[in-house]
Amino acid sequence: MEPPNPSEVAGAWTDAIAETSYVVIGRTALAARLTTRVEEILTLLDASGDDFGPARSIGAALVSSHFTEVGSVTGTLRALGDRLTAYAESVHKGDRLRRILAELAGGYADALRERTLAEQERIHIASMQARAAAERARWDSEARFQAVFADAAIGIGIGDLTGRIMEVNESLSEMLGYSLDELRQRSALDFVHPSDDPAVWSDLAKLFNGETSHFRTQKAYYRRDGTEIWTELAVSLIRAQDGSPRFAVGMVQDITEQHRLLTELAYQANHDPLTGLPNRTMFFERLTAALADTREDARVGVCYLDLDGFKMINDTLGHDAGDELLRSVAERLRVRLSGPGRLVARMGGDEFVVLLEQSPGETELERIADEALAVVREPVILGGHTLRVAASVGVVDRAAAGTTAAELMKAADTTLYWAKSDGRDRTAVFDHHRHAQAVSRYRLSAQMPWALDEEQFFLDYQPLVDLNDGVPAGVEALVRWQHPELGLLGPDRFVEMAEQSGLIVRLGRWVLREACAQASRWRAEHPDWQPLISVNLSPRQVAEPGLVADLKRILAETGMDPGALQLELTESALMATKGEPLAVLHRLADLGVRIAIDDFGTGYSNLAYLSNLPIHALKLAGPFVSALRRPAGPSAADIEILATVVRLAHTLKLTVTAEEVETAAQASLLAGLDCDLAQGWHFGAPGPPDRINHLLLVN
Amino acid sequence: MERPRWAPADLDLDRPSVARVYDYYLGGSHNFAVDREFAQQVLQAMPNVPQLARENRAFLRRVVRAMSALGVDQFIDLGSGIPTVGNVHEVAQELDPKARVVYVDWDPVAVAHGEAILEDNDRTAVIGADLREPAAIFADERVKALIDPSRPTAILLIAVLHFVPDELKPIELIGQISSLLAPGSHVAISHASPERQAEQIGQAANLYQKTASPVTMRSQAEIEALFGDLDLLEPGVVQTPLWRPDVPGELGPEAYEYPAYAGVGRVR
Repeated sequence: MEPPNPSEVAGAWTDAIAETSYVVIGRTALAARLTTRVEEILTLLDASGDDFGPARSIGAALVSSHFTEVGSVTGTLRALGDRLTAYAESVHKGDRLRRILAELAGGYADALRERTLAEQERIHIASMQARAAAERARWDSEARFQAVFADAAIGIGIGDLTGRIMEVNESLSEMLGYSLDELRQRSALDFVHPSDDPAVWSDLAKLFNGETSHFRTQKAYYRRDGTEIWTELAVSLIRAQDGSPRFAVGMVQDITEQHRLLTELAYQANHDPLTGLPNRTMFFERLTAALADTREDARVGVCYLDLDGFKMINDTLGHDAGDELLRSVAERLRVRLSGPGRLVARMGGDEFVVLLEQSPGETELERIADEALAVVREPVILGGHTLRVAASVGVVDRAAAGTTAAELMKAADTTLYWAKSDGRDRTAVFDHHRHAQAVSRYRLSAQMPWALDEEQFFLDYQPLVDLNDGVPAGVEALVRWQHPELGLLGPDRFVEMAEQSGLIVRLGRWVLREACAQASRWRAEHPDWQPLISVNLSPRQVAEPGLVADLKRILAETGMDPGALQLELTESALMATKGEPLAVLHRLADLGVRIAIDDFGTGYSNLAYLSNLPIHALKLAGPFVSALRRPAGPSAADIEILATVVRLAHTLKLTVTAEEVETAAQASLLAGLDCDLAQGWHFGAPGPPDRINHLLLVN
Repeated sequence: MERPRWAPADLDLDRPSVARVYDYYLGGSHNFAVDREFAQQVLQAMPNVPQLARENRAFLRRVVRAMSALGVDQFIDLGSGIPTVGNVHEVAQELDPKARVVYVDWDPVAVAHGEAILEDNDRTAVIGADLREPAAIFADERVKALIDPSRPTAILLIAVLHFVPDELKPIELIGQISSLLAPGSHVAISHASPERQAEQIGQAANLYQKTASPVTMRSQAEIEALFGDLDLLEPGVVQTPLWRPDVPGELGPEAYEYPAYAGVGRVR
């Protein structure tokens, strides 16, 4: 039998093993390589002897080509057996072929075992190397961590999830003043500080149970020596691979210095540099906070104190002395009046305030205010001078609900003003009734300009009677306000306000014009009657530059005889007239109008001026006249005073008018004293012009 | 990805490693009992896995040859695993002895093994890195020593992107890699897909969920999308055996049932 064609055998062999293992060699190259192997096997089959090395090599070569799967060797044996057995048997070499295939399988097994062992060894070495590399990396990283940890300028502490401190670095130990070992025996929770934000501990609890991974806060610590440091604290959670919390790391930065600066700045923003007392800003902060108290019965109290006459001390002793005084008053108020729930603050200038965040009630507030006054009254020794100062205090007690800081302070300001205007060196308590009056006065004052436009004002006239014959010699014009809501208002209700607001100028002009117009009507109605028209002039009107021009125009427009017009000025208004107003008085007199001193005898009664000023008449104040109707009858002294005044007036060529004459007895007495004119209930109450007409008819 | 760069990578020999299991599929013995046990489970679900692995290696060879034919002589194999036989440097350096190859894997054992067998080859390097951080790879001194970024480079992502889940944005990752490459560079991808042999590959993929490298399979369209604005070489993204087969006529029906796609894109 002819030997088989090697390439045909190799083709079958290729088919049997090509897909059995992962090999890099392509099919054609494999077939070519296997053809060579088949030739070697045939050569070995032909030969004799015990050297089956070539067969073993072929088995090993399969492994080195990566025919590593069992299918590769079974396929090889099957393909070679199928293709070579018949020929081998024909040449009586069947045994030898089986031996060759057995050796090939043996060579394959040996090589595979070697390869497997080699690869296993290699992968184990690789894993050990990887492990070593990982260890090295871990060691490196730990060394790096150790370096970072130990040498960090920032304090670092690592704790377990109960807060127990496990490791700390040198910086933290220095920061807190405890040794490393001492810190390791403590818990982070030991470092409670009264200023701790309560949120710190709940944040820490959340971190420990894994809800959060990080938080940051500012926290104060007590050092071992009891001193205090402020820190910026950042706490991070270290989790295990499965995400469960393991450790907490705290990074602590000492910010004591920044904190001190900030505290100082905040202190400066809230304190008065001169006295060191809390300032207005802080006062309003605390007041606003106290007013935010939502408890139903919450009340807030304020004593608002202002030194009396401080400006004079400043002006006479100098600002340094003034400042020194403020400092000592501030210090006394602070020592004696501050306490829990109380704030003594300087509002500015010479104003101080005591805030009672929970008002102890008006009575107690008043006691505190009086204590403050007592404190201020104690003498202050300033550069050898013993200074006695006093103060006025406004006390306000308010329910927190529905009160704003601005409202409360406005009330305090008003009350302080009352204390001042009631005579200083005293306490005034806010009084709703008084305040309501002030408010209604204010409202009235605001309504006046409009009322003037609407002609709500009118004039009543009171007869001025000649005491010689009982005939009306003139009238005093008196202004009235017919208020649409409040009814008829007398001058006592609005003239002072008009004087303050300046509206008196307009109102006075209107009064003058109206009175002159009425005089002109009377002239028409009673051609024989030459009445004196007396009109009141306020100090402000006298000071008004346009007065003379206004009066001239009014006289011209109404055809009024200047000699029949009498302007009444109070004694005090006259006394205040210096310089320009005095000149005005002369110019008025030059116009030919008469000038009378109203309420004579109530002011300074400086008789010297009577001869210097252009005056034509005196109107005796009510008290002179009412003295004449004491129940026991007039005293000789009363009568003598009156008689002297009248004599003096007549000597100076002044006419004398008695006011508030209410009885016939008074009238006859005055007539006996040679008094010229009189007015009062006895002769007729003020009334409309018609009443004067009626009076004229009667006479 | 929270650990700092200098912290050691995980080395857990008690868990199967994708690289060593793959070696086992290819008939290698660079594996441990835990890898082989895992591989046996996969083989039970999908007995033809070794065949699929071999086809994948065959694709790698074809790509390297194609690249070499285009004159590309720099290769970076991302997710190289345990280099058994038929490695990139073997194929590339057989065609062009000057070709340079960098193997990248994050499996420390694969890296250590690679270092051992490539010790004497100064035109190759193995680095331990995460392919999801390409900038770090290109910044590695060993990579800089071998790869000239101004010349075309072939990036090989063979059977590895299905270990990158969508939340890690593989499209952006490839865009980022491409941006580091010179024009004329190429990116080769092969990727598991559930469109064929769905049940078996689904079961196999489920087994991988327990490893450190869970699998995200993608459709052909999704795999195409991975190439972003790269120009796909002919024949585009196709089942792995169909990508420029050595002997087109010899493709069996199983090639059309292949549960993975492959393609090569060119950097403009």
